[in-house]
Amino acid sequence: MRTIRSRLIAIGGLLVLAVWQLIPTNVTQRVRDPATGRMKDTTIRRVPINLGLDLQGGIHLALEVDQSKGPVPDCADAIQRAEKVVRTRIDEFGTSEPVVQIQGRCRLIVELAGEKDPARAKSIIQRTAFLEFRITDMKNLFRDALPEIDKALRRAGVTVAGQGAAAASVTQLFGTDTGKAKGKAPKGKAAAKDTTDLNAPGALSSLLFQGQLPGEYLVPEEQVPVAESLLARPDVQRLIPRGIELRWGTEVLSRAGRSYRTLYAGEDRPIITGEYLQDAKATRDPLTNQSVVNFVLSRRGGRIFERETGRHVNDYMAIILDGRVQGQPPVIKSQIGQRGQIELGAKPLQDAQDLALVLKAGALPAPLTIIEERTIGPSLGQDSIRDGIRAGVVGVALVVLIMVGYYRLSGVLSVAALALYVVFTLAGLAGFGFTLTLPGLAGLVLSVGIAVDANVLIFERIREELQHGKLVRTAVDEGFKHAMSAIIDSNVSTALTAFILYLVGTGPVQGFAITLIIGIAASMITAIFVVRTFYMIWLDRRPDMATLSV
Amino acid sequence: MIRLFANANYDFIKWRRWAYGLTAAIIIPGFALFLVRGLNYSIEFTGGTLIQVQTAEPVGPERIRSALDAAGIRDAEIQQFGAANEYVIRARLGRADAVVEGSTETTAAAVDSALARALGPSPEHYKVLRTEAVGPKVGRELQGKAFLAIFFSFIVTLVYLAIRFEWRFGLAAVLATAHDILSTIAFIRYLDLEVSLVVVGAVLTMVGYSLNDTIIIFDRVRENLRKFRRQNLYEILNLSINETLPRSVLTHGTTMATTVALVLLAGEVLRPFALVMTFAIFTGTFSSIYIAAPLLMYIEKRWPGEDARGARALRPAGSVPLTPPPSTGGSEARSKAAV
Repeated sequence: MRTIRSRLIAIGGLLVLAVWQLIPTNVTQRVRDPATGRMKDTTIRRVPINLGLDLQGGIHLALEVDQSKGPVPDCADAIQRAEKVVRTRIDEFGTSEPVVQIQGRCRLIVELAGEKDPARAKSIIQRTAFLEFRITDMKNLFRDALPEIDKALRRAGVTVAGQGAAAASVTQLFGTDTGKAKGKAPKGKAAAKDTTDLNAPGALSSLLFQGQLPGEYLVPEEQVPVAESLLARPDVQRLIPRGIELRWGTEVLSRAGRSYRTLYAGEDRPIITGEYLQDAKATRDPLTNQSVVNFVLSRRGGRIFERETGRHVNDYMAIILDGRVQGQPPVIKSQIGQRGQIELGAKPLQDAQDLALVLKAGALPAPLTIIEERTIGPSLGQDSIRDGIRAGVVGVALVVLIMVGYYRLSGVLSVAALALYVVFTLAGLAGFGFTLTLPGLAGLVLSVGIAVDANVLIFERIREELQHGKLVRTAVDEGFKHAMSAIIDSNVSTALTAFILYLVGTGPVQGFAITLIIGIAASMITAIFVVRTFYMIWLDRRPDMATLSV
Repeated sequence: MIRLFANANYDFIKWRRWAYGLTAAIIIPGFALFLVRGLNYSIEFTGGTLIQVQTAEPVGPERIRSALDAAGIRDAEIQQFGAANEYVIRARLGRADAVVEGSTETTAAAVDSALARALGPSPEHYKVLRTEAVGPKVGRELQGKAFLAIFFSFIVTLVYLAIRFEWRFGLAAVLATAHDILSTIAFIRYLDLEVSLVVVGAVLTMVGYSLNDTIIIFDRVRENLRKFRRQNLYEILNLSINETLPRSVLTHGTTMATTVALVLLAGEVLRPFALVMTFAIFTGTFSSIYIAAPLLMYIEKRWPGEDARGARALRPAGSVPLTPPPSTGGSEARSKAAV
């Protein structure tokens, strides 16, 4: 009895674990707003199984450094720069989780699930990188213009988003600042009472928190889309001071448990662009043990940079790649000529290497050529899922019919175990974060057919043992014991083949291999352990059973 | 209780020559055709461009061909795909006029604009459902990968068999597997199925699956050789096949049920894959019984094993009854064998 109970507890535990993996969760998806053409985050609930591009539609691109206009000496280095560049553009894609990864040495893989516009995606990826250095808004011109912008927004009927907590914290943050903003944003409660009050927190300023340096603002991550859409309004654009441009940063900072995106106000004119940059290298200063990036400009670039930095000593310089501010803008300590150094202080060397990569990406653009493209329309993916599920349901129904018709009650036990098997396999896919592809779906259906093989072997063996005149209990024990080697054989050889396919194959084939491997593991558990437990319970209830329905 | 083939006592081995003839009749012409014409490799292997379109009305492949011809894209294959208004256009690399300016990706764009000109603007008159543009380098790499997959699974299979069985059994199983691969290639050639990496995967999986079948029969042969010391190999093989017959029928029945469901219902993309799997189950079962078992007999006759029973292997069954012994007798025989 105790063994039955502990077996049931084990099965129950596994089941709870499996169901836990399959509970629909909130998944943030980035979609393009059809009205404005901008990206926005939406949250939907769905079962957390990753679907491959062939099921949800999307674009798979393999790119290499274009060598048609002369060979590129170090393609591994070039592809790293290209990866950096594509990553900074990641938000422009119409998809939630773009995959950008380097494959092998010189190849970049970009996968955009759900993207509907391949031409647009390709042009984003293949656009030449543009690097520029700009001085941030040292005179706080943008901050001074904020009240006017808020007023304009209020006139246009835009109300404060997320009053209360957000508004109150604005007061605090701005209160600690240099003083110009003081009194501009009174208590949130008062504002809520009287929205016509000119001193009420503005729709825009309530979203912006002053950062550490002039021209740096922090926007709570969840408010970024709101801020983006406010800033894009023509009436707001008109009020942004002349000579100032706003640029989002790439960094996400966390302050007091909330995450913020950086927004920079800077001059609209670069002091220098990437074309003058020749090289950049990250090192660790042996004396101070600080991470630094050394960069070299062309002779002409050096002259321009010397003049500009001489005018901007003690100003902050934003490093902008493709319109995105990279890292925190460093301060210009003194006039810089052809050779410069960016100090990153105690930050890890990795950060310095990233920054060096950014600089090189602007200096030595790595034009990419598409060597493979696969685009699957969303409707085809949906059709595939529908057809696959239909085939699966029919296939499984046939298996159930065969098993129950042939083995009767024992067949029912194996079918019950089969239900567990399907749940375990899906949970395995979800839990380990593997991707379900169209061949994977086929593998899943197929593995249901194969999974019952273990039960067939066991049941046939039990039948034979019963025929030899053994008692029911002995026959069951012997059946399981003798069938074991055959079961292990068949599963090991299938698993080995699947493993090789996984190692060698590409996306869809890997999906097939993975479902097979997980399916095999799950079927070993259900066909042997679970069915055995069912038998134990059955025999325990009817100890005097003389015949077995098998 | 339903019992299929319970206590079956068919003389399978007797029909071996018929079986050889049948399988040769399938394999030899198919393989000859394969050597002459090759296989219909998918775009991912050959490099090239594939575009699947859905038109508002079933326009027919001729209309699409004339549209492509007008745009200077000749030598592309056009095939109706599943529904009457869906077509797949394939422009393979290596055909002079099929690919625009050597780039598979510009070809895709050229096909798209050619269709737009001939059929009308995109979402209303036709829709591109799927595009694949594979450069020559990627195609070559994938060929290499497929080769590696086949090579490694063969090595792993051999190692596995070497561990599992003595060499005579192993050799018979390997030859049966080779038969499965050849007959599957012939099958693919007959139906002119498109060979993609997924189809290669299906073949390899099913090779493993049919190997299991052989292993299960051979396991039984080994067990019976110990159990019945007086029977010759011919009888032992027949007995073992008959004893495992219900299991084979059931297992292949359930697996075939799922693959047939995939063939009929899972859509055009998966069909080659599902067809290959269905056939491979069939040929795997066939080869386990009619190829692996008789081959074992020949091998044992040529290079007799320890008890030299292979020498008498080919003598047909004598008057010795071949019914399973009562349980006590069985265990007695086992214990004797163990001594």
